Amino acid sequence: MQWVQRPLSPFWIYRWQITMWLSSLHRITGLLLSAGALVLGVWLIGAAGGADSYASVQQVLGAPWFKVPLVGWTFCFFFHLANGVRHLAWDTGAGFDRARIVVTGWTVLALAVVATAVFSWFAIF
Amino acid sequence: MSLVTPLSRVLGLGTAGGAGEHWWMQRVTSVALVLLGLWLAAALLALPDYSYLTVYGWVRRPLTSVLLILLVVTVAYHSYLGLQVVIEDYVTTKALKVAAVMGSAFAHWGLGVATIFAVLKIAFGPSA
Repeated sequence: MQWVQRPLSPFWIYRWQITMWLSSLHRITGLLLSAGALVLGVWLIGAAGGADSYASVQQVLGAPWFKVPLVGWTFCFFFHLANGVRHLAWDTGAGFDRARIVVTGWTVLALAVVATAVFSWFAIF
Repeated sequence: MSLVTPLSRVLGLGTAGGAGEHWWMQRVTSVALVLLGLWLAAALLALPDYSYLTVYGWVRRPLTSVLLILLVVTVAYHSYLGLQVVIEDYVTTKALKVAAVMGSAFAHWGLGVATIFAVLKIAFGPSA
């Protein structure tokens, strides 16, 4: 196959726009949440194995350094949730004009940051 | 000559062989996960601590057990569908693509069933 040096996607030549960032972030947070679901599964399987097995799982999940990925997953969760609702609204045809797409984008991001702060404060720290 | 109408000949024969169903189930699981996800966040917030006895007692409550199993099924399905799209987007070798999607299915079913079994084991096990 003849290989020509062309940009593969317009992503890198476009002017920065929030829409393309949130689109990528939705996919990235989704992937990270798949890994987070695995951790949630391990947590429940650990609890089902008895007190000793739960203690060994908690040695990692309850460790101070593990608060960092937990806060990360909390952000992924709230962002993917809020932006997912934004996507569902688009599926009905609502909020697709350019002005509203930008406003809802920033709203979703702000909501995710606030929810992450509140949840982390009360449930992680 | 075929008696099959042109419409029924192409139905379900998209590039992925079932794009409509994939799209629809992704929406169904999305809406379910909005509710189940918010429940999980609220439930975790309401737990006084994450000690063995607290978590065991929480999982054991019938409502928690049922909602956790629903959550696991929905998360596994939604995560599988999402990961499938990502794999299909970036893995260009056909054999590798099929292997990756199949491997993902095995991982999702495997961990999903194991987690459901864990919830049931606690639910039907002795009270702590």
